[in-house]
Amino acid sequence: MKVSITINGTTQSHDVEPRTLLVHYIREHAHLTGTNIGCDTSSCGACTVHLDGEAVKSCTILAAQADGGTVTTIEGLTKNGEMHPMQKAFMENHGLQCGYCTPGMVMAAIGLLNENPKPSEEEVRLGLEGNLCRCTGYHNIVKSVLAAANK
Amino acid sequence: MIPAAFDYKRAGSAEEAISLIGQYGDEAKFLAGGHSLIPLMKLRLAQPTVLVDIGRVKDLSYVRDAGDHVAIGALTRHMDVEKSPVLAQHAPLLAHAASHVGDAQVRHRGTIGGSIAHADPASDLPATTLALGATYVVQGPKGKRDIAARDFYKGFLESALAADEMLVEIKVPKMNGAGWSFQKFNRRAQDWAIVGVAAWRNNGTSGVALVNMGSTPVLASAVSSALSSGASIADAASHAADDAEPQGDLNASVEYRTHLAKVLVRRALEEASK
Repeated sequence: MKVSITINGTTQSHDVEPRTLLVHYIREHAHLTGTNIGCDTSSCGACTVHLDGEAVKSCTILAAQADGGTVTTIEGLTKNGEMHPMQKAFMENHGLQCGYCTPGMVMAAIGLLNENPKPSEEEVRLGLEGNLCRCTGYHNIVKSVLAAANK
Repeated sequence: MIPAAFDYKRAGSAEEAISLIGQYGDEAKFLAGGHSLIPLMKLRLAQPTVLVDIGRVKDLSYVRDAGDHVAIGALTRHMDVEKSPVLAQHAPLLAHAASHVGDAQVRHRGTIGGSIAHADPASDLPATTLALGATYVVQGPKGKRDIAARDFYKGFLESALAADEMLVEIKVPKMNGAGWSFQKFNRRAQDWAIVGVAAWRNNGTSGVALVNMGSTPVLASAVSSALSSGASIADAASHAADDAEPQGDLNASVEYRTHLAKVLVRRALEEASK
């Protein structure tokens, strides 16, 4: 079936099987490999992207469900060579270790601030409950999100 | 993991969805938010040959004050249940329970109707709507019918929905200021409850339902009976597992689940009685 999705501002159409997951569409058809596949069971959040402005787990959505929709991936955050304030905050606060969870963590964190611009530390921890960091680097991740919220 | 191949059909209305599911029969499944079904399909625990996507049936996403109850469209997402001002006022237990489903990403996609139709005893909203005495409105080729939540759950992932019927609305009686509590015991924030309790109390009446204490969500009738005959909270809570047939799994033995149910029901009743 034909699926058209606007990814990072560019509308693309691809012929895909109905069972194609959004994350595979992003990685294998749109060739944007910044979005990682972690657990592949909607637990870890590594595959988090924005669909129509909201953070979602792209391993648990069919590309067909996103047909006609707008997706933002980690690659879509940089504007004119400038990193997104959340990316900068992660860099400045050492919010990553191995980096595998980072694209999903950053997308979830931006989604969180869109819904709650000035969260408390507890709200950040709760708001990121769907994203796992196997390095257990949560402390600096939370610090990064709070820093971004205060900019 | 990639699901087994299937045909994908998109419905623009409930009528179209029901007609499509009628055409394809037992092997077809409705796809709402997909956050119960797609994980099962990826694990090949479910292999429908046709998916009827109802995710775009926009007129089934609403929360309305309907006099003595709140009417919720089946395709209302968990996040919208959680944040609904109408539910915050008239059924705060349900809005709060919705905030405990999965995580933010899951709540952006999963729907209340999908969760109820999936009939997972470990899910939060089937038990919560059961405690609240909700009625589910289902629509088939011959029109609509009401099913009381207490008559809906038939077995593990089995409900009273016929193969060609679709859940379209959830009617939740207004709580009229009743005290309430939602207790969810789990190891990690986003997990399903090892045991959960949804409870409310108002003067002499109460409703208590249990999450993950059997093959269906369980109405703890013995607790409500004890309360209405004047039992103390501690005595009533000792009947928490009377109506349940819990299973053991890697998280908890039958004995531990039974113990947890009693402790959590006591905590829930204490909080609901404040």
